Amino acid sequence: MRTSTGARVGQYAALLAYLVFLAFPLLWLLSTAFKPPRELASLHPTWIPKNPTLDNFRQAFDEQPLLHAALNSLLAALGAAVIAVLIATPMAYVMARRRGRLAKAATGWVVVSQAFPFVLLIIPLFLVLKNLRLINSVPGLVMVYVVWSLPFALWMLAGYVRAVPAELEEAAAVDGAGRLRTLVSVTAPLLAPGIVATALFAFITAWNEFFFALVLLKTPEKQTLPVVLTHFIGAEGVADLGPLAAAAFLATLPSLVVFAIVQRRITGGMLAGAVKS
Amino acid sequence: MTSVTEVRRPARRAPGGRDRPRRGPDHGAWFLVLPALIPILVLSVGPLIYGVLLAFTDAQSGRTEPTQWIGTLNFQDLLRDTLFWESFGIGLVWAVGVTVPQFLLALGLALLLNQDLRLRWLARALAIIPWAMPEVVVGIMWRLVYNPDAGILNETLRDLGLGDGRDWLSGLATALPAVIVVGVWAGMPQTTVALLAGLQNTPRELHEAAAVDGAGAWRRFRTVTWPALRPVALAITALNLIWNLNSFALVYVLTNGGPGGRTRLPMLFAYEEAFRYGQFGYAAAMGCVLVAVVSVLLAVFLVGRLRGGGDA
Repeated sequence: MRTSTGARVGQYAALLAYLVFLAFPLLWLLSTAFKPPRELASLHPTWIPKNPTLDNFRQAFDEQPLLHAALNSLLAALGAAVIAVLIATPMAYVMARRRGRLAKAATGWVVVSQAFPFVLLIIPLFLVLKNLRLINSVPGLVMVYVVWSLPFALWMLAGYVRAVPAELEEAAAVDGAGRLRTLVSVTAPLLAPGIVATALFAFITAWNEFFFALVLLKTPEKQTLPVVLTHFIGAEGVADLGPLAAAAFLATLPSLVVFAIVQRRITGGMLAGAVKS
Repeated sequence: MTSVTEVRRPARRAPGGRDRPRRGPDHGAWFLVLPALIPILVLSVGPLIYGVLLAFTDAQSGRTEPTQWIGTLNFQDLLRDTLFWESFGIGLVWAVGVTVPQFLLALGLALLLNQDLRLRWLARALAIIPWAMPEVVVGIMWRLVYNPDAGILNETLRDLGLGDGRDWLSGLATALPAVIVVGVWAGMPQTTVALLAGLQNTPRELHEAAAVDGAGAWRRFRTVTWPALRPVALAITALNLIWNLNSFALVYVLTNGGPGGRTRLPMLFAYEEAFRYGQFGYAAAMGCVLVAVVSVLLAVFLVGRLRGGGDA
């Protein structure tokens, strides 16, 4: 289609403005993470560190139990992702293939749960988990994360199930395979990429989560990365900005890497759940 | 291929599935649903009902006397709690102040990304990154940007000769606008991706036909693009509004509600009430009020959608 030169220039100017707005905080975080204290305290901070250093990273590990927190985060996120996918896949199958009241109620819950205010949920959850002695424990947090990531997992998985032709399953049934057998040996393999994508997304969501972790984990040795990161904030002198930036950068890396892997499938999957047949 | 018109296909295919011999009334379905249903009931539906009930009690943390029903006392107190309504107003300003610019900016970006431009891949990648970042990290990152001494914002202003800059997050006047900018930045990905998907579903032939007929860019947008985009735009805006009303981590990290409560969103208020002061019942009542507001918003949205559908 024809586009006038003037319009093109305007489009590129707009694109450039977006690039600046989206990129500058990220670049500043990186820049701060590699700056020595003297440059951080300088009255005229520069974009590119003059004497880049890794000291901030060392200091970050000295100041806070980052490795231990990362381990807690990893356990919570892995547990949540695996369990969520295990229990969500069969239910998503029913939502996608059935028209009964059950499927409708499940879809309704997926939509309504988006509107849940966390406050109303967290107080009773706190009391329930306290009675079960699961406060300040990673397994308790995993339970909360599983339920919390279910709506999105169900939504995505139901979309992936719809993409598997029902005829295939019918053929298996004609050949005498039972329902469970069909599900395990015909449908599941075709769903595998979708299941992996959903699990990875659940992983990222749990890895990044802050509110539930803040309320439910009380002692430093149980806390996850986002909670530990907030310990850096507060009475920060200018010199402490470096370790803060370094720790924040490190905490983002795992979810960025995972996200880069699944990004296409996620955006595709969201749409599959929404519009694709 | 995805297209809006295909939405109804599964419905048409379903009767085919129903023709299959059914073995009893769906025992298999229950068996498949149960593993997810039990956790949902125990950790989502149950706590929600429990939470609503708590709002009518004097539940407090660490108290030895048994909790008692106190009727609507919490709500009566809440009505007179000017601090809460102040926080509530801030929450509305925040939610609308984030959602509206977010939509406009994301729409502009989606339109650009839908064009055949160089560097499109870079903008696409950058637009999606905030989605993958922990909210706490987004907050920390912007604290570094806003830092009065070592931050890049004040440094840029000094370089441009626009004064000495200020302490953005501690200023009574600047704190709320400053956190709103961060909210917009952080929420760009979902909105852009949804709108871009909507754009890619608009019929290209119609666009070309309109262009041949001499319709300008604005007219083409109004008559071809927008009608196709509308459902997606409404859905993502409603979701954004709800998500933003429930927002917590960003502002907790950026200002923790300060200065002087200028950025104390309702979620922060309720969190402090519940877990700093231990007023579980009162905080639950706040949660109920928030649910009511979200429900009203949803209702308004649905009504508007039905009515708007008639006009189109």
